[in-house]
Amino acid sequence: MTVNELKNIPEFTLLNEGEMDKEITRPFCCDLLSVAMSKAPAGAAWVTIMGNTNALAVSSLTDCACIILAEGTSLDPNVVHKAKVQDITLFQTDLPIFEAALKVYQLLEG
Amino acid sequence: MSDSLKLQYVISDEDFTRAGEASGDVKSKLKMMGVNPEVIRKVSIAMYEGEINMVIHANGGVIDVIITTKDITMILKDKGPGIKDVDLAMQAGYSTASENVRALGFGAGMGLPNMKKYSDEMNIETEIGVGTTVTMKVYF
Repeated sequence: MTVNELKNIPEFTLLNEGEMDKEITRPFCCDLLSVAMSKAPAGAAWVTIMGNTNALAVSSLTDCACIILAEGTSLDPNVVHKAKVQDITLFQTDLPIFEAALKVYQLLEG
Repeated sequence: MSDSLKLQYVISDEDFTRAGEASGDVKSKLKMMGVNPEVIRKVSIAMYEGEINMVIHANGGVIDVIITTKDITMILKDKGPGIKDVDLAMQAGYSTASENVRALGFGAGMGLPNMKKYSDEMNIETEIGVGTTVTMKVYF
C-alpha cells in the first residue's frame, strides 16, 4: 500500500504531498524523538503529536513513508514549508493516536 | 587514503530547527555512493543523536566526517561543559536535558546509548569546562 491510499481515510487531512508512491510497511506510534529515531521501521506511517521540524528530520533519517499528526496537534510555524522542501508527506487528524494508527492498519490489512 | 571523502559541518548553538541537516547531508552522500541502506540508517541515527547532543548541551560545535571505501568516521567536537560522569550519561534514561528540550521530544536519555548502539566503535574524550569529543566509526 502506498502513502497515496491514505487519502481515502476521510478523517485525515493532507497538509503536504511528498513522495506519495512510497510503500507503507506498518503504522508506528511514538512521541519521543530519540525512541522514534531508533525504533521507527523504514516505511513507517508514523503517528505522533510532535509537530515540529525535528520530527521531520527523524522521519527523513529513518525513511518513514509519511507523518500523521494526531490529536489535532497544532504545528510549529515553518513545519509545512520544511516538509515541502524535504518532500515529506504530512497528514493531520483529530483522531487519537491509537485510532489514527488503527485506520492505517485496517487499510493496510485490507 | 587518497580515495577518502572529508566533510566538515558547523553545528550552530540552540538551533533545533537546523539539527539534522548535517546527518541528512551525510545520509544522501552515502546513498549516492550505494552504501547498504541498513548501514546508512545506523550512521544517520548515530550522527543525528550526536548533532542533537551538541545543540542541547554544548552550544554547538564542529563535526568532521571521513568516508572511505570501507567505513565512515564521525568526529564530533564541542567546547561545551564536558560530561561529569560518562558511565552515568551512557545509561539509557539518564538525562540532564532541560524542560524546554523535553517539550521538543528529546531528553529521553537515549542519545549516547543510541550513538553507542548504532556505531561499531565509539570513543568519548571529555574534560569539565573544556569540552567533549566523540568519535564514532561505522563499517560498511
